[in-house]
Amino acid sequence: MRYLPLNDANRADMLAAIGVKSVDDLFADIPAPAKAKAVFDLSNSMSEIEVERVLSNLAAKNLNASTAPSFLGAGNYRHHTPASLDYIIQRGEFLTAYTPYQPEISQGTLQAIYEFQTQVALITGMEVANASMYDGATACAEAAAMACRVVKRAKALMSGNVHPHYRDVTATAMRFMDIQVECLAPDPMGIEDLVGRIGSDLSCVIVQTPGFFGHLNDYTALAAACHAAGALLVVCVTEPVSLGLLKSPGAMGADIVVGEGQSIATPTCFGGPGVGLFATREKFIRQMPGRVAGETVDENGRRGWVLTLSTREQHIRREKATSNICTNSGLIALAFSVHMTLLGEAGFRRLAELNHAHAALLADKLEQIKGVKILPGTFFNEFAVQLSKPAAGVVETLAQRKILGGVPASRFYPTYPELENVLLLTATEMNSEGDINALAVALKEVLS
Amino acid sequence: MSQLRFTKDHEWIRVDGVTATVGITTYAQGQLGDIVFVEVPAKGKALKAGGEAAVVESVKAASEVYAPASGEVTEGNAALPNAPETVNKDPQGAGWFFKMALSNPAELNGLMDQAAYDSYVASLGA
Amino acid sequence: MNEPMITTSGHRALQIEQPLIFELDTGGSTAVDLPDPPKVRMRLGNLRNDKAIGLPGLSEPEVVRHYTRLSQKNYSIDTGFYPLGSCTMKHNPRLNEKMARLPGFADIHPFQPQSTAQGAYELMDTLAHWLKTLTGMPAVAMSPAAGAHGELCGLMCIRSAHDANGQGSRKLVLVPESAHGTNPATAALCGYRVESIPANAAGRVDVAALKAKLGPEVAAVMITNPNTCGLFETECIEIAKAVHAAGAYFYMDGANFNALVGRVRIADLGVDAMHINLHKTFSTPHGGGGPGAGPTVLSAALAAFVPVPFVVHDTKGYGVVEHAGHGAAKQSFGRMKGFQGQFGVFVRALSYILAMGVDGLKQASGDAVLNANYLRAKLSAELTPAFDGICMHEVVFDDGFLKNTGVSTLDVAKALIDEGFHPMTMYFPLVVHGALLMEPTETESKATLDQFIASMLALARRAKQGDQAEWFKAAPRLAPRRRLDETQAARKPVLRWKPSEATQAAAARQAAE
Repeated sequence: MRYLPLNDANRADMLAAIGVKSVDDLFADIPAPAKAKAVFDLSNSMSEIEVERVLSNLAAKNLNASTAPSFLGAGNYRHHTPASLDYIIQRGEFLTAYTPYQPEISQGTLQAIYEFQTQVALITGMEVANASMYDGATACAEAAAMACRVVKRAKALMSGNVHPHYRDVTATAMRFMDIQVECLAPDPMGIEDLVGRIGSDLSCVIVQTPGFFGHLNDYTALAAACHAAGALLVVCVTEPVSLGLLKSPGAMGADIVVGEGQSIATPTCFGGPGVGLFATREKFIRQMPGRVAGETVDENGRRGWVLTLSTREQHIRREKATSNICTNSGLIALAFSVHMTLLGEAGFRRLAELNHAHAALLADKLEQIKGVKILPGTFFNEFAVQLSKPAAGVVETLAQRKILGGVPASRFYPTYPELENVLLLTATEMNSEGDINALAVALKEVLS
Repeated sequence: MSQLRFTKDHEWIRVDGVTATVGITTYAQGQLGDIVFVEVPAKGKALKAGGEAAVVESVKAASEVYAPASGEVTEGNAALPNAPETVNKDPQGAGWFFKMALSNPAELNGLMDQAAYDSYVASLGA
Repeated sequence: MNEPMITTSGHRALQIEQPLIFELDTGGSTAVDLPDPPKVRMRLGNLRNDKAIGLPGLSEPEVVRHYTRLSQKNYSIDTGFYPLGSCTMKHNPRLNEKMARLPGFADIHPFQPQSTAQGAYELMDTLAHWLKTLTGMPAVAMSPAAGAHGELCGLMCIRSAHDANGQGSRKLVLVPESAHGTNPATAALCGYRVESIPANAAGRVDVAALKAKLGPEVAAVMITNPNTCGLFETECIEIAKAVHAAGAYFYMDGANFNALVGRVRIADLGVDAMHINLHKTFSTPHGGGGPGAGPTVLSAALAAFVPVPFVVHDTKGYGVVEHAGHGAAKQSFGRMKGFQGQFGVFVRALSYILAMGVDGLKQASGDAVLNANYLRAKLSAELTPAFDGICMHEVVFDDGFLKNTGVSTLDVAKALIDEGFHPMTMYFPLVVHGALLMEPTETESKATLDQFIASMLALARRAKQGDQAEWFKAAPRLAPRRRLDETQAARKPVLRWKPSEATQAAAARQAAE
């Protein structure tokens, strides 16, 4: 077996050094009757060629976006990956390193985390950020829990414009923490009233920008209303490329900003692994979940970085920790940071402009089709449309034509018949004008 | 006349008339190492003997400071959060955590005096 | 020995000092050339921001060099041996990376029509089949993102089962003193109180003490097996029986499942739920902190509460159940993770599993345990093992061998850095004084172990000379940094770069103009 360096001569020498006869003797502590049942009907080892064949066959069964124009989004976005990005994250010193608990031999990872934290704080308009969470949805749940710790209240209000997976993950986590979450109905027209629902029992209001159906809302007034009631404003961002062009949540007065970094960090990859972004105000850092890197000096006075404020974390605080998170999403956070560094201020802005322009172009084309109505008045690179037919069927028909033509809202809201004809469409820098025309032509035919 | 008493959790309490001052012992700060963070209770907080009153942290450890007796906080040491190292430098002086008004001074009878605490610490080993 | 040479640049040959990207800003540069956007009617309303964000601009060669230099300040499994107990730092085959990058896996979307992602669902189902078969368990929740998330999944299933059975008043979880910190932290997140169970002199759970704590209040017992001392819980089956007799469930922390793969099925130990760290047991890379994946296998008693999404299949093909509360997910407790779970990690883990096969996996657990016992046997010449007898995949020593030397476990670990090895896990488990916990894994050769043993024994002998404390306290000397001031970092946290006051003032002036 190519991954195992020991040979039989090694094993014999080592068994002699230990003083046992066989490897099986080392498992003597396991009850024999239980061991006897360990018989498996599973395949034996394969060569690299065989593994590639099996997995390539599985991969070939999927319609992938490099062969079919894709307009899918809903929290997971396809952007261009610069070649140097994938090269950097595949360097063994990043890919195969452990969590940087030994700072003297982990300065590369630690400095990269510190740069990541700074980038996340800058684009969200916040003061500090952590070293990452699992994904946007779990980061949202962590934000709700943190708001309850900070404000010492056990109720949260969630907008109907928050991604339904973020809603479900948060509601599930809060239920087990005995925190009440009021989740508002999906809001494709962007007309819900949040301010009127803020009471003195609320720890936080959770909103999203751009909204799940595409709307762009200014939450400045909502932030003020939250603060007047002693509550916090949590803002989710599922498409961080939007922050290259839009007013930041921090500038609106958000107290905690969470998000999904996938769109900048990695290919769509069937939705995982992504990277949860988590940013907040400096005064809340001791209530923040997750790891964080901080600057310090070594014995010779040279600048360096360490993981710090660890007493918040499970390995020290145990049942009183701010979260149980241990493994986070380090490599994807690195990918996010590398891409942000490659883009720089000018590239990040240009990327955002390009996304918005392609989406606006798509909207311009679709508006001319009978049976298509654009729902949000404003949007970034994704918007909802009302079709004259059920969206799920339309998407299936488009898929037969090798076009991944959007995500039907019914996939998330099967119990809302009024959303049956609603389709979410995204255009990024990856969608050429040709792709956009192809979708417009196909959609026109399918709807006629 | 002030009296100094100790808990098994290594808090000290010094009673001067009606108010008492609370902190952690020289031994406790030595066990924690360099103290990096202190959270003291706000004035007016009601404390129960043995209940959590304050937090003290080193780089690798976090510990609660328990109220040695019941009562109400009259003052938290406002200097500590910005200078937690004071607890290392002067744990039983400038490094005090909070002052309190005792509601049941008889509770102090259950605590150790200096000699009893010293032998308790000695029994804990190195 | 000569004094270290001072250079003008601050660099030292291959050790290059590298500023922050923010300090390298050349103003306006970018390493990504993008086309001009087409002219369109903007639909941003009044949300458009025209203020600078403050991101630095660099060219591609500068960025590549920046990260390459940073990478060279890292220890990694590709460059050396990590005897990190409980962390399972094994070789990460590049085949896994190659497979995960196939466009049919990397360039697919979680919400594309299910008919167009049959290969993805089949892959998840195939991996699930392996995990269920290797553990003998009837169900698996694939979506947890990491070990601690899997623990939470298991406890949420347990609490849901108790609620469904009218046992919702059970509010207590028992956890051994030696447990990972995630166990009590997870129990608290699931709304439980935690009480600890003591260990006996043999380093195992004190079964009598455990039984004394069992009662109508107890919801679950969480036990790591092999435990964090590297020992198999020999009375595991008896513990499971007692836990079940008391109406509670048995959660097994699967952090150390790599010692058992192919040797015993945890179903035959009476387990109700266990997470599997794919990034440890099944070789997916640790990536400097993540991502991982923590699929959680479930007994028949808990299977109905499995979180969404989960893959189903019938004669027509594969599909995914995404909504809790009805149909096949009627009793599902909800959702833990966005999208379809850590799919990219699933591809890598299956790539490894197929390569190893069940025969290779059994050989791997055997070699892992053999390597750990070899370390135990050889290092016992100078170090003090915390427990007698054979160990499983990891071995723990206490700091008895350092008594009266003035040298601590931490000092030995830092001296090991100068020897070219990553330190072992230190001061964990908490039940062993000054613990040194070592896990070699099956992917280290005997030659590497012998080198490590020679270094470790030499350090132990040096410490025992009695006058070497200062020498140890100054370690490491040869790493990119000497010991860092963690006290300063925690007292006055600096968690991000900020522009200097002069730069800020200039930016403010520019904005005002």
